[in-house]
Amino acid sequence: MRNRAPASNPRGRAAWSGEGRDFAANRGRPLSLCGLEEPRRLGGIWVLPLLFLLGLTPGCGGRGPAPDLVIINGKEPESLDPAVMSGEAEGRIVQALFEGLTRYNPTNGMAEPGLAESWTLSENGRRYRFRLRSEARWSNGEPIRTKDVLYSWFRMIDPVEGSQYSSPFYLIRNAEAYQTGTVKSRAEVGMKASDELNLEVELENPAPYFVELCAYAPMAVVPQQSIERHRSAWLTQGQPPASGAYTLVEWRLNDRVRLRKNPHYWDAAGVKSTLIDLLPVTHPTTALNLYLSGQADVIWDKDLIPSDLVETLRKRPDFHSFDYLATYFLRFNTTRKPFHDPRVRRALALAIDKRRIVEQITRGGERPAGHLVPPGLPGYVSPPGLSVDPDRARALLAEAGFPGGAGFPKFHYHFDSRKSQENIAVQIQAMWEKELGLRAELRPQEWQVYLNTQSQLDYDISRSSWIGDYNDPTTFLDLFAGGNLNNRTGWKHEKYDTLLKRAGAEPAGPARAELLRQAETLLVEQEMPVVPLYFYAGMQIHDPRRIEGIHPNLRAEHPLRAVARRGARR
Amino acid sequence: MIPVLLGISFVVFGMIRAAPGGPFDTARAAVSEEARDALRARYHLDEPVWKQYGRFLAQLVKGDLGPSLKYRHHTVNDVLSQALPVSMMLGVMAFLFALALGIPLGVAAAVGRGRASGWLAESAILLCISIPALLLGPLLVLVFAVGLGWFPVGLWNSPWHAVLPVATLGIFFAGRVARLMREGMMDAFGSSFVTAARARGVGEGSLIWRHALPIGATPVVSYAGPLLADLLTGSFVVENVFQIPGIGVFMVNSALNRDYTMVVGLVLVYAVLLLMLNLVVDVAYTVLDPKVRHG
Repeated sequence: MRNRAPASNPRGRAAWSGEGRDFAANRGRPLSLCGLEEPRRLGGIWVLPLLFLLGLTPGCGGRGPAPDLVIINGKEPESLDPAVMSGEAEGRIVQALFEGLTRYNPTNGMAEPGLAESWTLSENGRRYRFRLRSEARWSNGEPIRTKDVLYSWFRMIDPVEGSQYSSPFYLIRNAEAYQTGTVKSRAEVGMKASDELNLEVELENPAPYFVELCAYAPMAVVPQQSIERHRSAWLTQGQPPASGAYTLVEWRLNDRVRLRKNPHYWDAAGVKSTLIDLLPVTHPTTALNLYLSGQADVIWDKDLIPSDLVETLRKRPDFHSFDYLATYFLRFNTTRKPFHDPRVRRALALAIDKRRIVEQITRGGERPAGHLVPPGLPGYVSPPGLSVDPDRARALLAEAGFPGGAGFPKFHYHFDSRKSQENIAVQIQAMWEKELGLRAELRPQEWQVYLNTQSQLDYDISRSSWIGDYNDPTTFLDLFAGGNLNNRTGWKHEKYDTLLKRAGAEPAGPARAELLRQAETLLVEQEMPVVPLYFYAGMQIHDPRRIEGIHPNLRAEHPLRAVARRGARR
Repeated sequence: MIPVLLGISFVVFGMIRAAPGGPFDTARAAVSEEARDALRARYHLDEPVWKQYGRFLAQLVKGDLGPSLKYRHHTVNDVLSQALPVSMMLGVMAFLFALALGIPLGVAAAVGRGRASGWLAESAILLCISIPALLLGPLLVLVFAVGLGWFPVGLWNSPWHAVLPVATLGIFFAGRVARLMREGMMDAFGSSFVTAARARGVGEGSLIWRHALPIGATPVVSYAGPLLADLLTGSFVVENVFQIPGIGVFMVNSALNRDYTMVVGLVLVYAVLLLMLNLVVDVAYTVLDPKVRHG
């Protein structure tokens, strides 16, 4: 493969001078259509298209200096505001711009001190005292103080803001009640500033993962003055002060987000790259081509890697696959017959050979899932769950009143209409038909309709997935608590809720882990409102000889401050 | 024009709201009732649709197409001001490319009729017309960007970034221009005007370029208006393949995202563009064709 990528240069416009020379050299060759009788007369006209191209492109000239690092980041960010963002692509940028009390360690993805230099936890595990760094500064040089943290956090639970990711704050005493309007006074919410540098946070229950959540993008510290002055345009009017390692230089829709190192960042010495471009690319083939041609240095995640080429790409030294905190599973609508019967749900689960799905369809290093919580979380071991057992499945189905599938009502398998989802759906459909004599009708839907159908419980069986928000089993298990907005199965089980509640009252330790394990056992071995199918594998493409600072970890947390290119771009 | 635009806005406004799913539905975070209510109130989605439409029209009069419901830091006007110039530049360049390639190709096909050169030109025209942009774009990228490294794979940073997308977008239309040009030139060669010129001993080159071409180009001139309209509005695929920050990507995604304001805004802008171009074509006909001018 030949790479003709540009050499770095101070203005960027001449970045493609390499191509320019090649192109100009070829322009000298005869361009007339060979074989024509009038090549001399007609020949000159053939260069017209090229002249038009050269003459009419002033508006697409290069902008600014060449970046140190170019990352293909996924879809166009809907927002870079912690109160609005909802996706991973946005989260990476938000975390670079706005830091929380803690931040992610680039090697293991765990929390480490961020804007807070230290904290203490009370004996009952419910009261944190954070101490902010006295040297913490906004990118405009102003100090970051506890009032900034309180503004940012109260903004997230302010009902008027309509924040999409306020649920992490519900751990804080009365935060949820404040958002729903039950509690009106801020004084009753469990977050208070003792002084300019000390902050006290009181939780509803012990939550060993709270410190980790403080590194999560929705809990980042944002600039009050900028937001109040510019309202919804605060990220697009001028350059908002940043509390993180980078400042926002430019955000051009569907073109790029450009970040520059924040010189006032408390750990500026640890920030590796000065100028980073994040490209919003959604087509895997385009992403791969940009990488292969040297226009980009990193492809961030698996959705940007062409699935048809995964087998081939896996053999390359710049392809990286790793365990990832995410599970693919099926939801049953337990409010509909016959899926209200756990025996039917277990029978359908036992008939699925999950290994075939990961080996023949996904083929990206995924692992079959017997349980919902992916392995690898410290201090927690999931129950084994159910493995494929068609005989037991048939027996259960007969016990439920459908011997050999006789009398089983017509039902739908619901999924979003992407090819990869369809392939899985067809495979599962074939397994159920072969092993149980049940014929599922496939029901693909466009994404927004699919989401709506699922949340309205207008399905029989629906494909789903979940990526963990923090390194704790509850990021998966809480989903199926009665009343959780992400439950979407209609399933509510008193014992399950009690187990979660009891676990919530326990501090970190074996007793808490055991209660969570009991809850998960109920979920994936007995009741089965969901069928875990496989654990995701993370995938990235970058050349480790040229890119440093990207380390595989369960949450695929790769803070931009640690990522850098060694030497000039290829 | 205004009644047409009003009709379009009314239909699109109603249709996009009738689609299931809303702009604030996400898979990752189920928005609480309170948050959802706050968002709906902020964007006036809690009002009856007729009232929302009235509000939209009132803003439209002031030239404001409203906020984007998905890209919430941007207004529809912001998006248009960033993306529309890119799409227009791409369209205009592809238009010029189509003319610059299509006209000589059509002339070559007509001049070389019955000979190898004519057959070659005919084949080239056929190829231009048959190969879809969805196939041509990746093919050009594979050969000229990834393989040979002559041009960038995608993005929109320098003149070199424009070459492959413009070729991809323009080549089909170049084929259509060439076909019209060839027919026009054939008619011209058969006309008494050209025959008389040939009898007067006018040289072959002068006969083609000075006498036959102006007559032969008439169908191409007629087609230029619709061609430009097609190119300005038809760059979705090319923008996606080459990651160009034009309006095409928004056009597709806004409907999928249920970005109500963006959908209506973009459709209206395209409608205005098409109406304006049709007007220009009508005026051009009047200027060029004496029969139209004199009724």
